[in-house]
Amino acid sequence: MMDRLATIGRGTFDILASLGRSSEFLLRSLVAVPRPATGLPLLVKQIYAVGVLSLAIIVVSGLFIGMVLGLQGYNILTDYGSEQAIGQMVALTLVRELGPVVTALLFAGRAGSALTAEIGLMKATEQLSSMEMMGVDPLRRVIAPRFWAGFITMPLLAMIFSVVGIWGGMLVGVDWLGVFEGSYWANMQASVDFGEDVLNGIIKSIAFGFVCTWIAVYQGYDSVPTSEGISSATTKTVVYSSLAVLGLDFILTAVMFGDI
Amino acid sequence: MRQRTMEIVVGAFVLAGCGALLFLALQVSGLTPQAAEPTYKVYANFNDVGGLSVRGQVSMAGVTIGRVTAITLDPKTYQARVEMEINKSAEIIPTDSSAIIRTAGLLGEKYVDVSVGADQEYMKDGDTFYGTQSALNIERLISNFASGK
Repeated sequence: MMDRLATIGRGTFDILASLGRSSEFLLRSLVAVPRPATGLPLLVKQIYAVGVLSLAIIVVSGLFIGMVLGLQGYNILTDYGSEQAIGQMVALTLVRELGPVVTALLFAGRAGSALTAEIGLMKATEQLSSMEMMGVDPLRRVIAPRFWAGFITMPLLAMIFSVVGIWGGMLVGVDWLGVFEGSYWANMQASVDFGEDVLNGIIKSIAFGFVCTWIAVYQGYDSVPTSEGISSATTKTVVYSSLAVLGLDFILTAVMFGDI
Repeated sequence: MRQRTMEIVVGAFVLAGCGALLFLALQVSGLTPQAAEPTYKVYANFNDVGGLSVRGQVSMAGVTIGRVTAITLDPKTYQARVEMEINKSAEIIPTDSSAIIRTAGLLGEKYVDVSVGADQEYMKDGDTFYGTQSALNIERLISNFASGK
């Protein structure tokens, strides 16, 4: 009985300690901004690794999701004789929800896991501690550029995702199923509001970028420096990021669109 | 050279992201980059605003001339008081015009349609529409029809 209580207590302490460690880690890496001369090339390299290399998966899935939305929307809307509203449906779904959320999930799988594995391996091969010995702050040199790269690329990727998806919806709706192109765009423009929908979607994706990169980088930095440790840290990154993104999405949606 | 290629690719990526933002702003949400036109306020009292909402459009002969900025309940008359901002360029509403709430399409949004009157004078800032026609309520219409009234 007492043993069980102690287990619960220990578990709570572990969770609290890792929350505290990750917050401290976040603060320190946010403060550790490298000097522009050395930092910018590092940042560019990370934006390339995290953002540009994720473009292919983002564009392809955006295209297919837009096309599926077009098809499904057409099938439902045509029952009510209002298939002109397909543009509005595709655009609102993508800009408000699917753009930020699916991008963040793909980002966690494609870039987040890579970040964790890279940093975890750096830790396992003691590159991080040798940096410290040379008087180079690994937070400043390794973590901060990756952090900012994730922060910057996520909104860009989410917007590209939405645009490609809207184009995919047009491909299916207008070119294949014969919805009038003018009403596709006109309905969309009448219902999508820049401040309400587009900006809120961007705010969402910025929040997701922040959370995903934070989890990925922290899991790598905090991983047990063995092969099992790195593998479990990578798994945790994907699982935690996905859960955090979906949970956060509900909260943000409730605040932004739910009049709470 | 390697670094330079990478920088070029990243630059293109960031530009693509900004291009996407521009596309979302201009093409998808129909935001037009123009300075906010000066407006003036007019009011209308309706018995029933139905589904009219703030930011709904105000149009005249089908052309958008303003938008709804507030809907409040008048505690004295129990009517809905709708505040509208009309563009200065459309300061040509005759004083005996009436405001009608209509629906765009069968299931579309509600908007205020200004039915033009014949007076020589125009409405000024703070004026209230003389005549109004409330939202068409399909349920009420059907129940009237069913009960034969």
